[in-house]
Amino acid sequence: MPLVFLAVFFAWPVVALVVQGFFADDGAGGRALDLSGFAEVLGQPRTWRVVGQTLAQASVGTVLSVLLGLPGAYLLYRCRFPGRTLARGLVTVPFVLPTVVVGVAFRNLFTPSGPLGWLGWEESFAGVVVALVFFNYAVVVRTVGGLWERLDPRAEQAARALGATPWRAFRTVTLPALGPAIASAASVVFLFCSTAFGVVLVLGGMRYGTIETEIWIRTTQFLDLRAAAVLSVLQLVVVVAALLVSARLRTRRERALHLTSERSGAHLLDLRTARDAVPAAVTVAVVVGLVVFPLAGLVARSFRGPDGGWSFANYAALGTTGGRNALSVTVWEATANSLRIAATATLIAVVVGGLVVLVVSRRPRAPGLRRAVAGLDAVFMLPLGVSAVTVGFGFLITLDRPLGFDVDLRTSGLLVPIAQAVVAIPLVVRTMLPVLRAIDPRLREAAAVLGASPGRVLASVDLSLAARSLGLAVGFAFAVSLGEFGATSFLARPDAATLPVVIFRLIGQPGAENYGMALAASVVLAVLTATVMMVAERMRGDVGGEF
Amino acid sequence: MGGPRGLEVRDVVVRYGQRRGRTGTTAVDGVSLDVAAGEVLALLGPSGCGKSSLLRAVAGLEPVAGGAVTFDGSDLDGVPVHRRGFGLLFQDGQLFPHRDVAGNVGYGLADRPRAERTERVTELLSLVGLDGFGARPVAELSGGEKQRVALARSLAPRPRLLLLDEPLSALDRGLRERLAVEIRAVLHATGTTAVFVTHDHDEAFTVADRVAVMSAGRLLQVAPPEELWRAPASRTVAEFLGYQAFVPAPDGLLAVGPAGLRVEPGAAIDDGGEQRWPAVVVATTFRRGRSEVTVDVDLGAGEQRLVALADGSVPAVDDKVAVVLDRRGCAVVPA
Repeated sequence: MPLVFLAVFFAWPVVALVVQGFFADDGAGGRALDLSGFAEVLGQPRTWRVVGQTLAQASVGTVLSVLLGLPGAYLLYRCRFPGRTLARGLVTVPFVLPTVVVGVAFRNLFTPSGPLGWLGWEESFAGVVVALVFFNYAVVVRTVGGLWERLDPRAEQAARALGATPWRAFRTVTLPALGPAIASAASVVFLFCSTAFGVVLVLGGMRYGTIETEIWIRTTQFLDLRAAAVLSVLQLVVVVAALLVSARLRTRRERALHLTSERSGAHLLDLRTARDAVPAAVTVAVVVGLVVFPLAGLVARSFRGPDGGWSFANYAALGTTGGRNALSVTVWEATANSLRIAATATLIAVVVGGLVVLVVSRRPRAPGLRRAVAGLDAVFMLPLGVSAVTVGFGFLITLDRPLGFDVDLRTSGLLVPIAQAVVAIPLVVRTMLPVLRAIDPRLREAAAVLGASPGRVLASVDLSLAARSLGLAVGFAFAVSLGEFGATSFLARPDAATLPVVIFRLIGQPGAENYGMALAASVVLAVLTATVMMVAERMRGDVGGEF
Repeated sequence: MGGPRGLEVRDVVVRYGQRRGRTGTTAVDGVSLDVAAGEVLALLGPSGCGKSSLLRAVAGLEPVAGGAVTFDGSDLDGVPVHRRGFGLLFQDGQLFPHRDVAGNVGYGLADRPRAERTERVTELLSLVGLDGFGARPVAELSGGEKQRVALARSLAPRPRLLLLDEPLSALDRGLRERLAVEIRAVLHATGTTAVFVTHDHDEAFTVADRVAVMSAGRLLQVAPPEELWRAPASRTVAEFLGYQAFVPAPDGLLAVGPAGLRVEPGAAIDDGGEQRWPAVVVATTFRRGRSEVTVDVDLGAGEQRLVALADGSVPAVDDKVAVVLDRRGCAVVPA
């Protein structure tokens, strides 16, 4: 069942998209292999500029995220100080914020009238990179920190006892041990940066773009589906390469984890020593400058009326369709749409993802079946890598007549939730799988020997133990679909627009009133997402998971 | 037919890692075994000898590649684990971490009325000496308490057969010895038919009515503890039980047990009849209230380093002494 879902709603659209790129209508209603589309698109300097910008932006974003994230990982996972839990939460906030909100927050900083307007970063490479680092800082801190926390401190102590300076001990002992985690975090960050869509679209404007935004522009502005399909194929190549590297590094990391001790090596923060003071200073600067400042700026600005004074005018305007009727629905209606769609998407993602997890967490006796299970695991990770834009675009060109059935899914209200579910399923799987895998198979055997039927074993062992991670998965899926912009921007009909789509439309319209509404709507979306994530994190407790 | 016939294992084979073209490893290689109703049988052998695999096959957790397992005369082939009515106690208890003590003990009683369930849980907690522990979370229990709860949990549904898979191996020595005695008492008090897997012969002798010795997937000998100790069926069995040396004897091999050698005061003085061997003292230790002397001695099969007991004065290292056999600590095995 999950396989069928994935085949119809993921594999088919992606394949159709590739086909669209490679084949052209031959005029007689059939299709012929035709690479002229490739030649044409690849022949344009604009294409290569976009590819170059994508790679450059992802590389610089990755390097900066890692350089800034390492001190953060040290401070938050290797030192103990009052308020550490709060600080860890604060660092995680950007990761779960919808991309559109982040885009609006930074755009607000960089507009000529904004606090950082003098930098001239509006619609620039630097502005986009800063926002990408904002997002991915948390990925580095959490991935590297998670390993660092469990690293046995005695290896470094042994090096110190042998006469190594703290810096040499770190460089020769700790850093190599962290290597796999750093590499794994870097590859994930690279993936996220190269598939970034909402942030780039909002911050880069028309002057600056990546493959993702280019696909969107070609589709929605120029109606050039063929060029968009060719670009999607290019994007697939970039993503698959990044995914392969990431998967390799992940197995290395898992191997490395077995070597570490479970005891925590955290020590009390001591600001008198340089090795604690420097990371602390860097982290405070990053958290305040990169996380708190843009968000505070966004909130503050949303309470400024058109005349510059403090007011609730922007929030009051959320009940309207914007200046000069910029929207077809009011922002509150869009919010209701978002919540309804997110609920449906969460239901689909959790049911499909849950079934996948149940199958994949088993270790069948037969080697053939075991390989099949491993394959299934990998297959369901694919949507994580393939960009949401590609999914949305693929849906657009295939689901007018799904499998030859004469139902146009595009006009049914289900399409957007399904697309969002495809994006959320990998997160559901990655959240629940480690928990179910950690269940000792003998616990199930103990239940069976005590007379429990397979169904009761499932309910009383698997489901009971995974209940909290299920809660977390629900929260993740809900937050992801609330903020989902890439796929939704292709698929949502104007009268059923979601909150991120509405925000994007508002900032594209002229007028201070619309801009103010976008700010206020962003705050609403951020508050919604943060609330969902906070409730979900509450449920996490001490259960693990990859994110 | 008379009373219930208990467990019958006939030529059972268990294999791992089978795939096309390869037979894989054979963990259990044609074992036949009977356990009478109400009897406690210990399955004794070194780690990796296949004893746990045999136990899991009886429980229905491993497929049987050959032979048959029957209980009370009915073949268990194809009967799923949860319909066999057996109990299984794991080495590390495998308590359900999300249920409290009473929730664990009562797990197998799901189909009974609530009042009966509560009563049975109380009864079993009392039986294993944990009165009033019902509401405790299992994470707060000590290792010994966890195993007691696991024992109570597996006994609660009154299993037709209780399988115990090295239930004491994870505990420290003192607790292990005490719990072994308690388990025997509980099994006898409840009249439970049981198979107890262990690699520790002291434990096996404490708990079981009969002991089955396994090695490399095969059954070597099944006998009551005293008989097994007095007359090991082969040199392998004797070696596993701790017999330290083998001396050629007219009727086979004389196996010298851990208490089968004694240091005689004074050097090799022949007082007629009793055979004495010259030996050199390597080390002396004081264990369990008596002196054990490690000596280098040649009993006829080349020089060996053996342990002898010293009754009187303890010799010094490098002393030349004489050792004699103590027949009460020796056994005869087929050559």
